[in-house]
Amino acid sequence: MIQQSSTSAAQAGGVAAPPPTGTVRLTINGQQHTLQIAPWTTLLDALREYVHLTGTKKGCDHGQCGACTVLVNGKRINSCLSLAVMHEDHDITTIEGLGSQENLHPLQQAFIDHDAFQCGYCTPGQICSAQGLINEGRAHTEEEIKEHMSGNLCRCGAYAGILNAVKEVVDAKSSEPRR
Amino acid sequence: MNPFTYSSATAVEDAVRDNASHEGAAYIGGGTNILDLMKENVARPTHLVGLNKLPLTAIEPTPEGGLRLGALATNADTAWNEEVKRRYPLLNQAILAGASPQLRNMATNGGNLMQRTRCYYFYDTATPCNKREPGSGCGAIGGFNRIHAILGASEQCIATHPSDMCIALAALAATVRVSGPNGERTIPFEDFHRLPGNTPERDNNLEPGELITGLDLPAKGFEKNFSYLKLRDRNSYAFALVSVAAALELDGDTIKDARLALGGVAHKPWRDQEAENLLKGQPATPETFARAAAKVVESAKGYGSNNFKIELARRAIVRALKQAAEGSQHASDVFLNSNP
Amino acid sequence: MSTTNYIGKPTSRVDGPAKVTGAATYAAEFHVPNMAYGWVVSSPIAKGRITKVHADEVLAIPGVLEVFSHENVPGLAWFDRNYKDDVAPGGSPFRPLHEDKIKFNQQPIALVVAETLELARYASSVLRIDYEEEAHETDIEAKRDEGFEPGRGKSGWMPPPPPRGNPDKAWEEAEHHIEHEYVHGAQHHNPMEMYGATVEWRGDKKLTVYDKTQGVVNVQNYLTKIFGLSKDDCRVINQYMGGGFGSGLRPQYSVFLAVLASLELKRSVRVTLTRQQMFSFGHRPHTLQYVKLGTNPDGTLAAIQHHALHETSQFEEYTENVVNWSGMLYQCENVKLGYQLAKLDVFTPQDMRAPGAATGSFALEVAMDEMAAAAGIDPIDFRIRNYAEEDQNAGKPFSSKRLRDCYHQGAAKFGWEKRNPQPRSMRKGNRLVGYGMAGGVWDATQKKAAAKATLTADGKLQVSSATADIGTGTYTIMTQIAAETLGLPLEAVTFKLGDTDMPEAPVQGGSWTAASVGSAVKSVCEAIGEKLLKLAQKMEGSPLKGASPDEVEFVNGQIRLSNNPNEAVVIRDVLQASGETRLETDTSATPNLLKQATHSMHSHNAVFVEVEVDEEFGTVHVTRVLNAVAAGRILNPKTARSQVLGSIVWGISMALMEETIMDHQFGRYMNHNYSEYHIPVQADINDIEVLFVEEEDDVVNPLGVKGVGEIGLLGVAAAITNAVYHATGKRVRDLPIYLDKLL
Repeated sequence: MIQQSSTSAAQAGGVAAPPPTGTVRLTINGQQHTLQIAPWTTLLDALREYVHLTGTKKGCDHGQCGACTVLVNGKRINSCLSLAVMHEDHDITTIEGLGSQENLHPLQQAFIDHDAFQCGYCTPGQICSAQGLINEGRAHTEEEIKEHMSGNLCRCGAYAGILNAVKEVVDAKSSEPRR
Repeated sequence: MNPFTYSSATAVEDAVRDNASHEGAAYIGGGTNILDLMKENVARPTHLVGLNKLPLTAIEPTPEGGLRLGALATNADTAWNEEVKRRYPLLNQAILAGASPQLRNMATNGGNLMQRTRCYYFYDTATPCNKREPGSGCGAIGGFNRIHAILGASEQCIATHPSDMCIALAALAATVRVSGPNGERTIPFEDFHRLPGNTPERDNNLEPGELITGLDLPAKGFEKNFSYLKLRDRNSYAFALVSVAAALELDGDTIKDARLALGGVAHKPWRDQEAENLLKGQPATPETFARAAAKVVESAKGYGSNNFKIELARRAIVRALKQAAEGSQHASDVFLNSNP
Repeated sequence: MSTTNYIGKPTSRVDGPAKVTGAATYAAEFHVPNMAYGWVVSSPIAKGRITKVHADEVLAIPGVLEVFSHENVPGLAWFDRNYKDDVAPGGSPFRPLHEDKIKFNQQPIALVVAETLELARYASSVLRIDYEEEAHETDIEAKRDEGFEPGRGKSGWMPPPPPRGNPDKAWEEAEHHIEHEYVHGAQHHNPMEMYGATVEWRGDKKLTVYDKTQGVVNVQNYLTKIFGLSKDDCRVINQYMGGGFGSGLRPQYSVFLAVLASLELKRSVRVTLTRQQMFSFGHRPHTLQYVKLGTNPDGTLAAIQHHALHETSQFEEYTENVVNWSGMLYQCENVKLGYQLAKLDVFTPQDMRAPGAATGSFALEVAMDEMAAAAGIDPIDFRIRNYAEEDQNAGKPFSSKRLRDCYHQGAAKFGWEKRNPQPRSMRKGNRLVGYGMAGGVWDATQKKAAAKATLTADGKLQVSSATADIGTGTYTIMTQIAAETLGLPLEAVTFKLGDTDMPEAPVQGGSWTAASVGSAVKSVCEAIGEKLLKLAQKMEGSPLKGASPDEVEFVNGQIRLSNNPNEAVVIRDVLQASGETRLETDTSATPNLLKQATHSMHSHNAVFVEVEVDEEFGTVHVTRVLNAVAAGRILNPKTARSQVLGSIVWGISMALMEETIMDHQFGRYMNHNYSEYHIPVQADINDIEVLFVEEEDDVVNPLGVKGVGEIGLLGVAAAITNAVYHATGKRVRDLPIYLDKLL
């Protein structure tokens, strides 16, 4: 069988020039960043390739793994499926904004204590997701935490440690006196 | 992803006008599906109209005693809305059965209706697909079609609609409110999505440039006897092989009113009113449920790897109706009934 | 009281703080100035020829720098041997952009390089390429009768041993016998981090290559041979790796393409693959297995026959040990093992966690369960009746084997006695409950490895080796070994890895890193210790004068006499008194072949599983798993446990979810994404636990360690399959156990 085939991508509209870049202002971990980027730059690529905050990971680029999870106004989202230009008025928190090696966030400490990771690549997304879960305040039991942490894949299979780490911090939060 | 320009609208009229003034424009709400499709070169809009600043995030009562869901309210905010939980727990459970917490925080109600099929062939530009490229053929028929339709498919397309939320909306008989170049109109939910027929490229009956502004839920919410049952290949964060939204109004043991809709089985959320009629006025027994289930799958057709869905759907309907009759499901902050 | 005895302690990962804060930098994350981005164009067809690459159209886009394809790639190394990496199988390695031929679907056929990531991605999407398509064959079922026995395979592969006894006659005459086919499809490693490389152009053909790999040395050898670079000009670095599981043993085409572009454009280049492209290279091969077992009236095995056929590419003969285990796990006098390959139009398969054994143990251990049921014997009892006291394949005793304890201790902890042997006899509401068990065996291997140690006057020790930490805990256990060997506090020790400027280490795979690099680290620290002792003995009034290395110990920052711990000197004082600012040495550790030649060296495990299956829907829930492992000395129970827990998750995945689905119409994997290639999520994992059975072994290596990266996976899928049979009475012999197979 011999047949002629060809990629169809260019046939539809011909080859177009890219759009000019524009100024996008993002507030990341409390800091203002002014970027010259095109509208087609995702929030994830803006963080990693333009602001060089590489703690936020790219595991699939299609909203199927959760490695790119960041907090936008305190809510967890997949930064790969969002355009940077859509977040000019928002407060963006990445793993770098939660804690540092010298001053670990309780979730970061709990992840170390429970060995809740191996390769570490899904870890920032897991931790940001867990912070989002805590902010939501809807998951308390093990079953609830498991379901609410299911948007973050871990190929090393560190789920048991992740569950224990998140549960520990959730429990500590709920035993804090209400203010 | 192809280059595009972007603008952000603050009023519905502006959004519609902006969209109409750009050849090849598309709306973007949460972006969770369109950006995915753009990265796969399946969607190639030249201009995106950002909707997130539109004042369409409210969830408020309608004059008719129902509830209006703003098109730009997120799936998460909708699921956890106190009125939704109290009056439409079926919708609460269906939304929480879908996607992940992150995606539900981004995805909007309007966008949920607009999401496109997850058919492998539709997503992969190296293979033929009549939905993506009309006339190119269907890779799924004769290919791997485990996740494909058993009801209402055509020789052109056997794709399914992937939504969970929409299955509940179909069962609840919601109304879709849209705004477009020719003004506003409403579309009954059942008429919103289409079967593939000879035009599988059209997922729904929106006219070019029309924008979903809201969803109206009728007063009746079936808040006591309902079930959203979802069967999938893992316990969470997976699309349905088969899902069932069942809702009953009971008078003692007799079914006064019934709703039955299925996901994962057709090109649109599959509500079967004939099956509902077989339930109405009948005792809430396994035999009644089995008759309704048999009715739903009566016209079902398998394409090879999805043959099992016919029997699976039949059993799932019976189980969901049983759960609904028992009143064993409740609104919650989490969908815990995952895979039975 | 604090002590510097760290080996065997559950030390938290020393690289933990970097990983949880996002400070750990992976290959495609290094920020180098003036960097261009490459995007790979993948073939949409399985077989054929490229007739034209319309590069001019995309080169017209402002910001697009170059389109690399077979049409313009400059003359590189000519011979196959230049492209053979250190762990390549037999055959002719794939050369990216080498010729117009398309040999497999998703083959990389062009690299578009542009000023930005977004532009490279876009330009690649509109690059027109013309093809002549040819008929392909991607279905192993069509090649059932065309299997062939491979020639020389890759290192570590052993052809099956010749038959022993009279396996055909013994099977025919057995009291009970079974024969069945067992199948699993292709599986892809899918580590979370996608393959990628950042190549820093340092001018004048000098490169620093940050690459995702399980072996920087292998990548350096590969690149220098192909591109004619000196090793000094091609430094390869990989400090953190977002998962490997075998996919990074061989150099990926991403690093080839990034280096090619960097050398041609004389600037820094980054190339990262997409998740879809993560399905374009090596995978666990689709394998068909046929097993025949027979038993004698006393429940001993009369015959074992195990034959496997799996796919390989048209250009390489990928091999793995699938059937050999069946000749050594149980005592049997009549054994016949067969192993064949079939060539398909796919990319060459690649070692994937416990390659061969994960496949072979699935078939053998399900067959053993079927045989036990047919003979009416409890599955554990059946295995104990057929316990192998020596490796009959090799005719050698085991260096150590505590598998019997895995059975006993595991069964007791799991509560196996609560199992009603009758299938479909246990239930919980709508759900049928089943218990199943299985086990496995894996090689304990030591490879030659080298390490370097530097002790400075401030009492800090730095140890390095060009090994990897793919999540296995290398950083942590090497730090523990070094600290304990020299009696230093953990905080005073830094272990560095993943840099070709460091002493050479093998690729990280085969569960051999702890044994190999660990032995090198121990050895180099002992060498530092001897130097320290000599300096200490020169100190005025030294209590250690005249003591031999055997008579002293290094503990708590001191060197002291073993028989009189009060006679001690402080290590930091030794260096200061000596006037030396640093002590430095490097050594390599090689396996003691003389000692090892007389033994068969393996780790073993037994896995116990409880499942619940919805009777109407066939949905399987793995509610409990206990994995009892005998793997020699456990250097760090915390990180070792995590590896085995991870293996359990892998086993659940293999049993219930994973399969890369090939559509033979197109010769293309269709579920090439994380959405449709399912691996477990948090909600799929319930009660999973690990039991390490104590095992001493002074033959395998000086540390007595066997490695735990792979053994934990063995038997898990089989135990689940067996538990599903026990729950439902249905025997599934093709993985994964989708719900429809139980409807």
